[in-house]
Amino acid sequence: MAAMVRKATATRSTSRTRRAPARAAAPDRGSDAEVVAAEGDDGGLPQVEDGERMMLPVPAERLEDPDDLEDIRLSDVNEWGRSERMRELARRLYDPIYRHWFRVEWEGLEKIPSDGGALLVANHAAAIPSDAPVIMHGIETELGRPVYGLADNFFRTLPVLGTLWNRVGGLPAHPDNAYRLLHQQGQLVLVFPEGAKGPAKTFDERYQLRRFGRGGFVEIAMRAGVPVVPIAVVGAEESMPTLFRVPSLARALGVPYVPVTANMLVAGPLGLLAYFPAKFKLRVLDPVHFDVPPNQERYSRSRVMDESEAIRDQIQVALYDMLRARRSVWFG
Amino acid sequence: MGPDARGAPRHRRVLVTGLGTFWGGRVAQALEDDPDVEVIVGLDTHEPTVELERTEYVRVDANYSILSRIVRATEVDTIIHTFLVVDPTQMSNRAMHEINVIGTMNLFAAASAPRSTVRNVIVKSSTMVYGCAPEDPVWFTEDTPRSRPARMPIERSLEQVEGYVRDFAEDNPHVNVALLRFSNVIGAELETPLTRLLKLPLVPSILGYDPRFQFVHEEDVIRSILFAFEHDLPGVFNVAGDGMVPWSEVAALCGKRTIALPPVGTGLVTLPFRQLGIADVPREYHALLKYGRGVDNRRLKQFGFRYSYTSAEAVEAFIEAVRLRRTVGQSEPAYTYERDVEQFFRHSPAVRRDRPL
Repeated sequence: MAAMVRKATATRSTSRTRRAPARAAAPDRGSDAEVVAAEGDDGGLPQVEDGERMMLPVPAERLEDPDDLEDIRLSDVNEWGRSERMRELARRLYDPIYRHWFRVEWEGLEKIPSDGGALLVANHAAAIPSDAPVIMHGIETELGRPVYGLADNFFRTLPVLGTLWNRVGGLPAHPDNAYRLLHQQGQLVLVFPEGAKGPAKTFDERYQLRRFGRGGFVEIAMRAGVPVVPIAVVGAEESMPTLFRVPSLARALGVPYVPVTANMLVAGPLGLLAYFPAKFKLRVLDPVHFDVPPNQERYSRSRVMDESEAIRDQIQVALYDMLRARRSVWFG
Repeated sequence: MGPDARGAPRHRRVLVTGLGTFWGGRVAQALEDDPDVEVIVGLDTHEPTVELERTEYVRVDANYSILSRIVRATEVDTIIHTFLVVDPTQMSNRAMHEINVIGTMNLFAAASAPRSTVRNVIVKSSTMVYGCAPEDPVWFTEDTPRSRPARMPIERSLEQVEGYVRDFAEDNPHVNVALLRFSNVIGAELETPLTRLLKLPLVPSILGYDPRFQFVHEEDVIRSILFAFEHDLPGVFNVAGDGMVPWSEVAALCGKRTIALPPVGTGLVTLPFRQLGIADVPREYHALLKYGRGVDNRRLKQFGFRYSYTSAEAVEAFIEAVRLRRTVGQSEPAYTYERDVEQFFRHSPAVRRDRPL
């Protein structure tokens, strides 16, 4: 209450003349912090040294000083569409599933950098992928760092789901998004290089990694100058195994694939939502650093493909290793 | 006139297109205060709507067929091209094509004529050229290509305009060309499809989608055009306020609730309202109300431009001005252009012009 009163008086006493210099000198909010970070390597744009130079006067009708972005924003949706309040709510709702249904166990969590950008790369499985929420929830609760998940653009076209996914930290998988998050904001970004081919595979192909796209994730990590942290996930495949796909229906609906899952046979239509309680085990592998200069126009195609293939192999080997040690699908 | 006198007092002769629009009128007004600007010539198809002291108004037809004569006769060194239609509801596609594409073509033909004196061109475009699709990045930089080919007439026409701008810049390396792409402009003086939606008692949205919008306040629009003029900015620049605001929050900032339209058949549902003239959600805005659009505004900031308003502040300023207007009505009497009066003040020997205004 007192703060509100103070703010109101401060607003009134700020005159138009005081406003312009204060504005120019004040450390700007939001994305301005990135400008400072980005200026060192902005690709040779000339710098104009007169940020404080007076503009030509433009008639203004406003009297009060809209100095703080937070003051007038009504929600906490950030520039990526993520809302920490929604994320907190999602974490609270998801925590029992994480702890008691999937009983998630991590190995090597300390290998995920505690600050600075890193591209997390994992294998992708289950008809409706259960691995993304597990990884995001795990890292956010254990390490206290936000994770941004990149997903197929298809997600964005879904009403309600697309918006919710965005509010809890999901983004369309566009290289520009990954680069800005990794390089300029030093965030953790999660990506599944298999794309839709991962969750689309049927049960008899479980834990067989698909092609890692065209190695775009390696190129982004190189350009952003951040390490790739591979993660091997065991358990997702059995949480919602696909028995077979219905390509004709997928074409008719305009979706990437239509699976018929074991969950549907057991639980009927509810099987679209209900996962089997498979035991989740995740192993974080050693971060892969590329000693190439960041911000290059392009990188050697063969180098990119080699690195991509090497990371894929690492995850595949780790998966086989974990599966050898697994006694039960349900109890680990 | 030297080829380019950068630095110390420049006597600039400026041609402003679209003088009768909000953009051109306000830019000309601001230029009149600049002692470096010697001559301001304004073109439009209709008379200016703001009061101007020394700007010379020339009535032209929509596609500027007499432009090369004007450029030759006035020896302007700068063209500020604000006469581009970015609101698809304003006129028919054919009229829009005439103004945007043919107008720009003639403008550049005049500017690149042999012995042309033009050394600076500033073009007002729109972030509409980036389109709007689910494949889009969250932030478009000036170099990001659009995700899907342009389908809408307005987008195609702006794309062609930008094509002419690029060709002109390539063919005339001695001319400094600045292309400013403005995000959703918002302000009390300007009417756009979005401001019309926000003035409705219930703000239309699309069921299940809450896209994030970026806005730029009309004041920042004028300031950025003048900034480009003063600093001879070269290249393409996005102009948009910091931050993005979800559409539901935009409505909330305006003190409104949203009304959800179905995601499929949106046009069909809004058709009766459009026919009755109550409300219109133009089809160019359907995708935008699903996916939004964000542009990276950092290039302009790197050149030293500072925005007065973030996206959220722009919305707030807009709605405050709307509320004020609704209560007290139009504060200033609407200005009408009287040809004889304006001619008298500019050219009669009875008027003393040597005194500072």
